[in-house]
Amino acid sequence: MTDRSVLRPSDAVRVSLVGLKTRTTRAILSALGITIGIASMVAVLGLSESSKSDLIASLDRLGTNLLVVEAGGGIGFGSGTLTETAEVMVSRIGPVEAVAAVGAVDANVFRTDLVPSTRSGGLSVKVASPTLLDTLGGSMAEGRFLDDSANSLPVLVVGSVAADRLGIANFDGSAMLWVEDRWFGVIGVMDSLELAADLDRSVLMTEAAATTSFGYEGISESLYIRSQPEFIDSVIEVLPATADPENPDQVQVARPTDALEARAAAEGAFTALFLGLGLVALVVGGVGVANVMVISVLERRGEIGLRRALGATRRHVAVQFLGEALILATIGGVAGVALGAGVTAAYSATRGWTTLVPAIAIWGGLGASLLIGAIAGLYPARRAARLAPTEALRSV
Amino acid sequence: MTDVVLSTENLEKSYPGTPPVWALRGVDLVIQAGEAVAIVGPSGSGKSTLLHMMGTLDRPSAGSISIAGQPVQNLTDSELSAVRANHIGFVFQQFHLLPGYSARDNVADGVLYRGIELEARRAMADRALELVHLQDRAGHVAEKLSGGERQRVAVARAIVGRPDIILADEPTGNLDSKSSAAVVKLLRDLNEGGMTLVVITHDLEVAGEFPRMVELRDGAIINDRRAA
Repeated sequence: MTDRSVLRPSDAVRVSLVGLKTRTTRAILSALGITIGIASMVAVLGLSESSKSDLIASLDRLGTNLLVVEAGGGIGFGSGTLTETAEVMVSRIGPVEAVAAVGAVDANVFRTDLVPSTRSGGLSVKVASPTLLDTLGGSMAEGRFLDDSANSLPVLVVGSVAADRLGIANFDGSAMLWVEDRWFGVIGVMDSLELAADLDRSVLMTEAAATTSFGYEGISESLYIRSQPEFIDSVIEVLPATADPENPDQVQVARPTDALEARAAAEGAFTALFLGLGLVALVVGGVGVANVMVISVLERRGEIGLRRALGATRRHVAVQFLGEALILATIGGVAGVALGAGVTAAYSATRGWTTLVPAIAIWGGLGASLLIGAIAGLYPARRAARLAPTEALRSV
Repeated sequence: MTDVVLSTENLEKSYPGTPPVWALRGVDLVIQAGEAVAIVGPSGSGKSTLLHMMGTLDRPSAGSISIAGQPVQNLTDSELSAVRANHIGFVFQQFHLLPGYSARDNVADGVLYRGIELEARRAMADRALELVHLQDRAGHVAEKLSGGERQRVAVARAIVGRPDIILADEPTGNLDSKSSAAVVKLLRDLNEGGMTLVVITHDLEVAGEFPRMVELRDGAIINDRRAA
């Protein structure tokens, strides 16, 4: 004959499940609040991580070592073009691996010679070095890029947006475009260039063709430069003076990937905001669980009285109700993590991102729900434990 | 010479107020092993309070109680829980079965707080259900049973751990006369099998079924007689 009242751990779990078994709908509804809170937090972290990984993948693919040199254009800032020697000079900077020049041609491009010359469609005609595509890390959707074989032939490579606007839907190598006053053949269509979106709205020709047809003088407006990554800061430093020794202050140097990095940082700021909102939802969910547990304690006074009569100590009763709150919160948390990961996966799929749910979101989500469950269960459990057995048995 | 299972000495219970309300005043009661005692009295006579005292669910204001030879009035709350878990079985008017759980599992809960493994508890429950002739209802959930069957399940839960004493609080209060008679017969049979029993009832007819009847009025014993 033992003289202790004992509740085995496995039985503690069993009695904690009584409320869930006898009041399943209510249990599910009260866990739902925590599910929503955890799901939103996991989804926010997952989406931010997935989009960031997409950005990082873009950065890796595009490389962060691309620099763009442009002449400061506009009123009082000179001609908007670089000096004739800029390309050659820049290519002689030690760590510079590749240089591609782009220059403006004073001409408009049309689908046919019947389109009024005022409807230029916002497209520009440019001269590009054959090295441009590789320097930008771009790719061809159709055909091929300008190369030496094109030389002075009247051929064009069309940017992705320009191809849309000019109606080059089915590229079969026979498309012709009307540039100012003569026909040019289309030899290729580029994919969108992530680091030089303005070229998407351009058609490109070789320098020789531009010189022959439009008297182009070989003066470029921008240079795209690939540098050895470890020397990029030094290259940025010497670029203005190299490109235009006379007026270095009118040369602008930009790093297109900075914009992508800024985007990542901005999304980080929103992540914090949404995480805060998720936390609010989680706390509201916890209050819901506490509320349901308090009602449950009131309704189950008879059961509490019975358990005391069967030999349960106050601690056993407290453990039962705290356990129930923890189980509710765990169910809510697990469902929340699953839902949040599901939302992340679904949204990432529509955006073509790799789904990435960080471990901290999963474990943090489960931990947070357990913590909320413990806090929410504490008060009802204490109330249940303090109930005098006679009072509990009387009130049914 | 039989063993004393439960004894009270000058047991008093009052609730504060002006003047204080006396629920029990000086109750002396000795219950021997194997006895079946009915405690009767009108409502407000203190019989439920007395049962709560005997069952260690409430503490007396004065006087002493011994259960299985052990004075309990100075034990801590968790020590009293241990006394209930190991020495006392309760039967209540409202049955207090857990809905959604089988008769077997409800009965098995009778020894839940003794730290016995679930499978062993269920085996004990099956034997107890045989004693109340409900072995074929073992798998039925509580709400599928009739009132009389529910009370027999509750009785099985009280006896499953072979406690020293069974305390039944108006066990027939929620039953029709036929079920009531069946439960009374069951309790008598169990007593004849050696179980010590205290039944609280306001029903003199039910009380008359038991060999000893203690009559309570205004918190004091006014009559204590044994059948010849």
